[in-house]
Amino acid sequence: MKYRSVFDIIGPVMIGPSSSHTAGAARIGRIARLLFGSTPHRAHIEFCGSFAQTYRGHGTDVAIVGGLMDFDTSDPRIKDALTIAKDIGLEISIAVNDSQGEHPNTAWIHLANETRGITVKGISIGGGKIAILETDGFEMNLTGDAWTTLVFHKDHFGMIASVARVLADHRINIGKMEMSRKAKGKDALLIIETDQEVNETVGTEMKRFKDVALVRILPPL
Amino acid sequence: MNFSTIEELVQLAETQGKSLSDIMIEEESAAAELPPEQIIAKMRVQLETMEQAVQRGLTEEVKSRSGLTGGDARKLESYLQRGQAVSGLRVMRSVSRAIATNEVNAAMGTIVATPTAGASGVIPGCLFGLAEELGADRDAMTRFLFTAGAIGYVIANRSFISGAAGGCQAEVGSASAMAAGAIVEMAGGTPRQSAHAAAIALKNTLGLVCDPVAGLVEVPCVMRNAMGAANAMVAADLALAQVESVVPADEVILAMYRVGQAMPGTLKETALGGLATTPTGERHRQRLFGSTAEQHPLQDKGEIKE
Repeated sequence: MKYRSVFDIIGPVMIGPSSSHTAGAARIGRIARLLFGSTPHRAHIEFCGSFAQTYRGHGTDVAIVGGLMDFDTSDPRIKDALTIAKDIGLEISIAVNDSQGEHPNTAWIHLANETRGITVKGISIGGGKIAILETDGFEMNLTGDAWTTLVFHKDHFGMIASVARVLADHRINIGKMEMSRKAKGKDALLIIETDQEVNETVGTEMKRFKDVALVRILPPL
Repeated sequence: MNFSTIEELVQLAETQGKSLSDIMIEEESAAAELPPEQIIAKMRVQLETMEQAVQRGLTEEVKSRSGLTGGDARKLESYLQRGQAVSGLRVMRSVSRAIATNEVNAAMGTIVATPTAGASGVIPGCLFGLAEELGADRDAMTRFLFTAGAIGYVIANRSFISGAAGGCQAEVGSASAMAAGAIVEMAGGTPRQSAHAAAIALKNTLGLVCDPVAGLVEVPCVMRNAMGAANAMVAADLALAQVESVVPADEVILAMYRVGQAMPGTLKETALGGLATTPTGERHRQRLFGSTAEQHPLQDKGEIKE
């Protein structure tokens, strides 16, 4: 089921004008920022399909940039996001991409600061619902509906068990787990949706494992 | 949720002698693991946000940045005060509230997506246009939203609710079906009649394309919300008069999906067809963004520095 709650249908409360092109876009931006871990210095955004054709009219650019600064869908500052970005020194560039076969509302977001960068692919499926389909080459289906922990690591036996043990010790129940890896023994990503909140302590415990490179914890949007 | 079709939803209500809103509240409460009172309180917030948007649209000078929409709800209100209205006060009061909400949306104001922002006028339009005359209190008004939400939940999961995926039939069509079913319950009809009303409303919007002028959620969106509200009321009246939809709601929903799949991309929120590419549509695009469909960025891959 793509939509799981009555509040997906009667909601979200949002700044107009489009739930898919404004509210959904803000959510994609916000998740991208959470995945990056801080406000980036530079953001390059590429729009495909309907996004490419109508982003200016719908304020899709403004909304994504608002999301990158952690604004919620109902935050009135979204309207002025491009100006606010300029004020805080967040450099924005926008392009359109006509690659075929993409979902009609697809955005590619490249975020960077002086030391690191990240590439995220998000789609907006309607009514403000979104999915992140890719992060730095890892395929995923991240919806932002639940607490989500992402453990970037080196593919290694016992990793899933170690991470699951940490969650169990904190009495956190796993709702969904997804494993994505680039090749055997190479970079891998574990995506875990949980029923309970995951706090920083849990993240720190996971980071102690030898092969864990990075842990990101995303609250439900 | 224990239902994924309209038939399952109606049967849950019928076998337990409950209303569709009862079922939606129970199901949401179970899924979210929260007491029903909290679910209802959350819906009250949506109701209040909708009410504020309606009030804003009816009383303030709302104008979108493009200048294409704004002020029509107020025009309609003063027209209604003169006691005219060929199609009757109830219908036109609902229409004015639908327009008010959608004008606020176009002006980047705060609204509740029901199920989307582009179609956000239909449900509050019918709700605030009818509640007083039907003697609905805040509780009944909140229930209206649960009933609408239950129907929308099925449509969203079995078909689509975005213009980019399925055209305007998926947005205003879905909203109109949701409102039709909710009006029936508010007017004292049965769950089965709600299903027929939703089916009739959705049937009558099948094939409706999404062709926004200059890609803005304004023209024809605001007027389509007006139509969606009126269509919902007519469908509700038909169902309350015991008229049945020959094709059941679930089949209409799947038909809407197939029609949306068959619809060309130019008519699915790309502003590359329909009203968007009329001479007037092109003129507004040129005025606002300085490009026409032919020279639009899809053809020109250069980077746009903002």
